[in-house]
Amino acid sequence: MFFEPTFLAIQFLNGLQLASLLFLLSVGLSVVYGLMNFINLAHGTLYMLGAYIGLTVARESGSFWLALVGAPLAIAALGALFHVLLLRRMQAASPMKQVLVTFGLIFIGLDVVRYIWGDFTHSIETPAIFSGSVQLLGEVYPSYRLFVIGLGLFVFVALYLGLERTRLGAVVRAGVDDREVAMSLGLNIELAFFIVFCLGCGLAGLAGVIAAPVLSVYPGMDMSILVLTLIVVVIGGPGSLKGAALGAFLIGMFETFGQVFMPALASVIIYALMAVVLLVRPGGLLPVRPG
Amino acid sequence: MIGPGLIVENLNAWYGDSHILQGVSLAIPQGAAAAILGRNGAGKTTTLKSIMGLTPRRSGSVRLGALKLDGLPPYRVARAGVAYVPEVRGVFSSLSVEENLTVSARATQGGWTLEQIFDRFPRLANRRNHGGNMLSGGEQQMLAIARALMTNGRLLMLDEPTEGLAPTIVEELSVLLRELLEDGLSLLLVEQNFTFATNLSKKIHVLGKGRIRWSGSASDLMKDEDITRTWLGV
Ligand SMILES: Nc1ncnc2c1ncn2[C@@H]1O[C@H](COP(=O)(O)OP(=O)(O)O)[C@@H](O)[C@H]1O
Ligand SMILES: [Mg+2]
Repeated sequence: MFFEPTFLAIQFLNGLQLASLLFLLSVGLSVVYGLMNFINLAHGTLYMLGAYIGLTVARESGSFWLALVGAPLAIAALGALFHVLLLRRMQAASPMKQVLVTFGLIFIGLDVVRYIWGDFTHSIETPAIFSGSVQLLGEVYPSYRLFVIGLGLFVFVALYLGLERTRLGAVVRAGVDDREVAMSLGLNIELAFFIVFCLGCGLAGLAGVIAAPVLSVYPGMDMSILVLTLIVVVIGGPGSLKGAALGAFLIGMFETFGQVFMPALASVIIYALMAVVLLVRPGGLLPVRPG
Repeated sequence: MIGPGLIVENLNAWYGDSHILQGVSLAIPQGAAAAILGRNGAGKTTTLKSIMGLTPRRSGSVRLGALKLDGLPPYRVARAGVAYVPEVRGVFSSLSVEENLTVSARATQGGWTLEQIFDRFPRLANRRNHGGNMLSGGEQQMLAIARALMTNGRLLMLDEPTEGLAPTIVEELSVLLRELLEDGLSLLLVEQNFTFATNLSKKIHVLGKGRIRWSGSASDLMKDEDITRTWLGV
């Protein structure tokens, strides 16, 4: 049954679903690392907090959709606070200090979540219109998973158009190309990068909310996905939107098919993939500053 | 246009512990030109960067007309009216030629518009959809200048604009800068090309080891062999 086309197609969709989550998560992380030279290990914490805030909003209001909008906004605001209080001061600090401080934040986040929501496993109920399944190639497939895939694609296209077609996008590209020159032409690059940073944090929150009906919500849910997200960033090329998408696609597929065909070796395969990519292209597959 | 223009007083700048600029003062009336000459490493680029607010540590006063520029972040210095064309040119390679111009545009009454820029720089108009990285050296320099003009500043600062350009392009550049001066723009030119600088600017400052060593007219400078030998190595 492993090599039946239907089975493979279903796994492919599962891989896309994971890729979609990883993409939403890695965009923000990638931007902070690639554009601002800041290593934020606590990015996964924003994902977890997004899931929990979404959980509360969904429970109190009874609306998944309100959670889907509200939680990312709350996480974006938290990101703004994080930027002002910490990132701005620590941008010039050594990578080791950044890693240590943001590693510490992971534990603070964990305790905050335990304190507020307890040490249990929760789940957000799947929204009514996506609670059913669809017939795909004679199999039933949960329609919510297709929604997750669609949302990931939608965000990718929206970010791509935003970067290529809007004024803010042009300012960001100019700032990435040559920050000093861009500033000397009157562009407020700090502000543009700040907005991009908050957007990236909001997307991590969004990933948390959409993951909640599929994966469970529990203290430490951030750690299980953080490593994969970091690998996506490294493989794709830090700071690159297309890189994050390609990296997320590759890791989503390798992880999903690895778990199915060689569960014992799945994580080894991911690391091997990363090692190979880094050997061949140390800057990642689609680096933001080619050459 | 007559006005106070740019006034720089006692400008100091440091890179780490090295005290690079040691009290540079100069003034350019609005609509006039000044050139800074000096050897490699004299501090010419550092002077322009310090006016722009790009050096890590600095002191002294910089004013443009009634505006105080020292202490402002670079983007505010630009918005106050300083248009800067850096030595590296810094054309944005992931932006098209047109985007390079529009991203820098700040509309002012009677200021440069995209159409006027394309009229004045027809070669840029032909390449408006090309990537910034697909231009020749001369075209890149023209784009860097055109882009600076799009900010509609009152003072144009150019760092060694003739470096690496063919003689015909240098001549073109000279014509352009003279036109800009006639339009009332002030010009602060950093050069190693003595002839180019003295053709454009009557006022010359000789910078050596972070200090102004001599200031005066181009014709006086040519007579002063001591200065040219010691600080310019001519
Ligand atoms: N980013 C920097 N870090 C440290 N020292 C620098 C830096 N930029 C320039 N310098 C030093 O400052 C001095 C003046 O440099 P610069 O202003 O570039 O000279 P010029 O433009 O006249 O050739 C030189 O001694 C140079 O080595
Ligand atoms: Mg220089």
